Amino acid sequence: MSRTPFYFHETEVVSCVSGALVLPTLGALVVADLHLEKGSRSARRGWLLPPYDSRATLAALADAIDRHAPRRVVCLGDSFDDNDGGSRLNDTEAVRLRAMMAGREWTWIAGNHDPLPPALGGACVEELTIGPFVLRHAASPGPAAGEISGHYHPKAAVVVAGRRFSARCFVSDGRRLILPAFGAYTGGLDVFSPALSAVIGRDFTVRLLGRAQVHALPARRLHGSPASAPPRTAAPPARL
Amino acid sequence: MYSGMSTELPGRFRTWLSARDWRLYPHQQAMVVAAQRDAHVLLVAPTGGGKTLAGFLPSLLDLADDAAGACGDDDRLHTLYISPLKALTVDVHRNLERPIAEMDLAIRAETRTGDTPQAKRRRQRARPPQLLMTTPESLALLLSYADAGRMFARLRCVIIDELHALVGTKRGDLLALGLARLQTLAPRCRRVGLSATVAYPDELRAWLSPLAAGDDVVFVRAGDGPPADISILNASNRIPWSGHMAVHALPLVYERICEAATTIVFVNTRAQAEIVFQQLWRLNDLNLPIALHHGSLAVEQRRKVEAAMAGGRLRAVVATSSLDLGVDWAAVDLVVQIGAPKGVSRLIQRIGRAGHRLDRTSQAVMVPANRFEHLECMAALEAIAAGELDGDPPAPGGLEVLAQHLLGCACSAPVSAAALYDEVRRAAPYAQLPRSDFDDTLRFVECGGYALGGYERYRRLTRIDEGLYRAASPRVARLYRMNIGTIVEAVTMKVRLKSGRILGEVEEYFIQGLQPGDTFVFSGEVVRFEAIRETTAIVTRATGAEAKIPAYAGGRLPLSTSLAHRVRTMLADPSRWEGLPEDVQEWLRLQQVRSLVPDPGQLLVEIFARGGKAFMVAYSFEGRNVHQTLGVLLTRRMERAGLAPLGFVATDYVLAVWSVRPAKESDIADLFAEDMLGDDLEDWMSESSVMKRTFRNVAVIAGLIERRHPGQEKSRRQVTVNSDLIYNVLRRYEPMHVLLRATRADAARGLADLGRLAQMLRRVRGCIVVRRLPRVSPLAVPVLLEIGKESVFGAGVDELLDVAARDLIAEATGAHDADDGDALPEARAKPRRRYRA
Repeated sequence: MSRTPFYFHETEVVSCVSGALVLPTLGALVVADLHLEKGSRSARRGWLLPPYDSRATLAALADAIDRHAPRRVVCLGDSFDDNDGGSRLNDTEAVRLRAMMAGREWTWIAGNHDPLPPALGGACVEELTIGPFVLRHAASPGPAAGEISGHYHPKAAVVVAGRRFSARCFVSDGRRLILPAFGAYTGGLDVFSPALSAVIGRDFTVRLLGRAQVHALPARRLHGSPASAPPRTAAPPARL
Repeated sequence: MYSGMSTELPGRFRTWLSARDWRLYPHQQAMVVAAQRDAHVLLVAPTGGGKTLAGFLPSLLDLADDAAGACGDDDRLHTLYISPLKALTVDVHRNLERPIAEMDLAIRAETRTGDTPQAKRRRQRARPPQLLMTTPESLALLLSYADAGRMFARLRCVIIDELHALVGTKRGDLLALGLARLQTLAPRCRRVGLSATVAYPDELRAWLSPLAAGDDVVFVRAGDGPPADISILNASNRIPWSGHMAVHALPLVYERICEAATTIVFVNTRAQAEIVFQQLWRLNDLNLPIALHHGSLAVEQRRKVEAAMAGGRLRAVVATSSLDLGVDWAAVDLVVQIGAPKGVSRLIQRIGRAGHRLDRTSQAVMVPANRFEHLECMAALEAIAAGELDGDPPAPGGLEVLAQHLLGCACSAPVSAAALYDEVRRAAPYAQLPRSDFDDTLRFVECGGYALGGYERYRRLTRIDEGLYRAASPRVARLYRMNIGTIVEAVTMKVRLKSGRILGEVEEYFIQGLQPGDTFVFSGEVVRFEAIRETTAIVTRATGAEAKIPAYAGGRLPLSTSLAHRVRTMLADPSRWEGLPEDVQEWLRLQQVRSLVPDPGQLLVEIFARGGKAFMVAYSFEGRNVHQTLGVLLTRRMERAGLAPLGFVATDYVLAVWSVRPAKESDIADLFAEDMLGDDLEDWMSESSVMKRTFRNVAVIAGLIERRHPGQEKSRRQVTVNSDLIYNVLRRYEPMHVLLRATRADAARGLADLGRLAQMLRRVRGCIVVRRLPRVSPLAVPVLLEIGKESVFGAGVDELLDVAARDLIAEATGAHDADDGDALPEARAKPRRRYRA
C-alpha cells in the first residue's frame, strides 16, 4: 500500500511512501526539496560524493509520475542544490527530466537554494495557489490555512520494543502541511526541533514513510515528544 | 656514531648507572649490540621490563658520541619515537629527560602531538630536535608537508612503542604505510619495535621490516620475570547462575583493596565499571580514595584520575581497557579482574600493571561473576601456566587507509604511481596488494573513481606527466590535513547536567533509546534523562533512584578462540572439575544426569518447551559476537521453515532461540548447515546497521565525507550529507565501487566474526548432538536468566524493527490512516512479537 488518502483543508489528498503528495481533485503531484546535483556541489568543495544522486532522485520522481499520471507537477523549491545545479545536470538526466515535463504543466517554486529559475522550461514562481491550497517553499510566519510547503525536511522517530525507528515524514497541524524532502541525499530535521516547532502547532500528526506504506501517528506517540516539556523557544527557520 | 663493538658503555653512562646501583638487563645489552650492527630489532618484553631505556639507549649513546666528536650537528632529527597514546609520549619524554640531564648530554628531546602549540610545531619542522616523540597521526601530518624530505633525510632510528596495540588495526595500517614512506626518504633509518608478549611475534617482525619480510629484523626477548601470583577469588556465598557485575564478591574485593597499597580494578565494559564503582563506594566505610576511569568520561576527568594515580593519591581505580596501555605506575601492587578475562594475552598485560618491575611478583585476582565465568577463569589460569597466548594474526590493510595515505603522499611532492605501488607493498599489511586494487584506490583519490564520469573538473590529483601525480591545489592539501587519521569517533552526544557540568559522552544510539524520565548510571552517579538539546543530552541527578542499567555495550570483549577451546575441553573432562567450587561442580554433575555434558568436538543442542514457547539452546562457546550473528541467521532460517521464531539471546558460551513451533530433531543439522553463510548473510549484511556504520568509517577515512569535528555540528549541518543515504545510492548504482569493497572487507574482518562462525559450522558438521528434554537443563539456566534482563542494541535488528513497528501501528490505529488523524486512538497495545538481537 504505497498511497494513503487523508483530508487536508477539507480536501482529499494522498501521501505517498515516496514522499510525494498527490492532490487528486486537481490532478496534481507535489514534491519538495529534490536538491538535485547535491553530489556535484559537494564535489566542487572537495568531497567527491557518488554522482548518482540526481539519477536516483529523478528515477523516484519518474516512478511517481508513471504511477499517478498527474496533469501538473509542482516542485516546492530547493529543486536544485544551488543555482548552477541545472547546468551541471548531465545529458541523460536532463533528457529524462524533459521527458517528464513534456505534456504537463510544470511549476518550479523558488527555494532558498535555487532562487533563480533553471533553464529547463516550466513556470517559475514564488508561490502558487491551486484549488483551496497555497503552495510555497517555506511555511509563512503568519496564519496560513491550506498551506503546503517543504524546506524543513521533517523526520520523526518512534520507539518500538525498545528500538528506535526514524524516517522522513509529512507533518501537519491541520492548517499547514509540510512535505518530506524527496532528494536522495537530503537528510532530515526532527519534528521537535525548535525550527519546526516555530511553524507547526503543538498538536500535529506525522505520516512516517515506512518501507512500503505510510504510517500516521500523533505527536504524542513520537520519540522525543516533550513528555517533560522542555521550554520551546521560537527560532527563525534554519537554512537547510 | 658510537663505535665500540661491545656492550662496554662509555664512562658517563657507566657512572650514571652505577650511581643508581643499576646494571643493564641482558635484553637491554642485546639492544645495544643490535644497534652496533645497524640491525632492525623487535623487543618483546613484559610491561615494566625497562623497555623505554632499552629502546632509547642506543640513540643516546650514538648522540653522546656525536657530541663528543663535536660535529655540533644538533639540528638533525636523529630518532623518532611513535606511540599510540599522547599521554605516553609525554610520559616517555619525562622519563628520558632525567638521564639526559643527569648525564649532562647535549641532546634536545621534544614531543609533538595534536596538543603542541602552532609556533612550536612550525619551529620543529624548521629546526627539529634530535629526539622527537610523537603519534602515528602526527607522523602522517609531517610526511604530508613539502619539506618532509629535508626533515627526515638524516633520520637514523624510528622507535615504535606498544607495537602489539597497533599491528592489525587501521592506525597500524596507516603507520606501516607512513614508515614505508619514511624509509624512502631516509634509507638508512633503523627500525625498533617495542611490544608486549604476543602470540604472533613473526607477524610483528614482518610488520617491522622495511621489506615486509621479517628475517631482517633481530628478535630480542626479555625474561619473563618472576611468575605472577594469580588466583581466583572464591566468594564464600554461592556463585550466581548469571549476571556480569560480580556484586556478590565485592565485599571481598574491598577487603583486598584495604590490604593493598594501590589497586587497579579492571572490568570488561563501561556498564560494569559504573556498577562496580558505585557498589564499592557503598562498601567504602573507610572512605578510601577510589576513582573511576573509562572511555566515556570527559577527557579532563580522565586526565585528573591519571594524575592522581601517578601522584600516589589513589588507593584504587576502577577501569576499562582505557587503562590497558602504557603509562607506568610502579606503585600498583594489586590487579583485580572483575568478570572473566575473555583472552589470555589481555589478562597478562593487565596483570603486568601490578608490580611493574621484572624483579617483583605481581599480585592478581580474578573475580568470576557467574558459573560459566568460573570455568573461563580456570581455563585462563591453565593457559597462563602453559605459556599459551591468544590473539588473531593481523589481516591485510584496508583500501580506505591506503586512499588516505596516497593523498598524503601527493600533498608532499609529485609521486609516480609505479614507484608508489612498489613502496606501499613494502608495508606488511599491503605486501600482497594487487595492482588493480592500488589503481582503483588511486583513481578514487584522483576524482572519485566512479564509472559515471563528470568529476574531472573537481579532481584532487593533477597528472603532471608520465604517471606523476600531485595534489591539485593547496585547498586539497588543507582538507587532507584537517581529516587525517583513522580513528572515527562513534557518533556521540555529550551528557550534561541541567545545572551545567559536562559529565562525558555516550553513543548517540543509547540516548536515542531513552525516554524522558529514564534513569541510568553515568560517571558514577544515577542520572535522569530529561531532553536532547542540539547534540547534548540533558540529565539531572536522580538521588536515591534505582537506575535502569546502562545498556550501552561499549567495550564488550569477545571470548578468544583459544580460551573458548580450553573451556570446552575442561567442561568435557570431569577429572578437571576438582578445582572448581562445590556448587559449580554440583551444577555440572546435575547436567550430566539431566542432559549431557558435550565432548569438545560436539555441539550440544537442547530442545525443550517452557511457558508455551519452544526453546532451542546451542552450546557453541564461540563468544557473543559469533552467537549474535548465528542468532540472526538462524532466526531467518527458522522463519522460512515456518517455526515462527520469537527471539534469541546470545552469551559468550550459549545461544538460545525461542519460537512458536519447535524444531524437529531431524531438522537441526539442516538449520546449522554451513550454507547459511551464503545468501542469507549477503542480504542481512547489506541491510544491516553494521554495514552502514562501517561504510561511514570507511568513507571518513578514505576522504569521501568530512570528519565531524566536535563543536562544528551546528554550522556544518547545511553541508554534511548523511552517510547512510550515500551508502544506499552507491550500493544501487555502483555496487563494486572500491569503497564498497573496502566496506565489505572491513565488516567481514572486524565486526561480524564471520570466519570464526564459518569455522565453527564446519567443525560441528556431523557432530551435533540433539537432546529433547522435558524441562530446562541446568546448563541452560544462565542463558534463560539473561532473557528480558539484558537489552542489547545489536546488529541486524533493522528489519525486525520494521516488522514490529508495523505491528504496533496496525494495533494502535486499527486501520491505516482513516482521517486527518489528530483523533487517532492512543497506542495501547504492545507488539505481539518481541525480538531481541
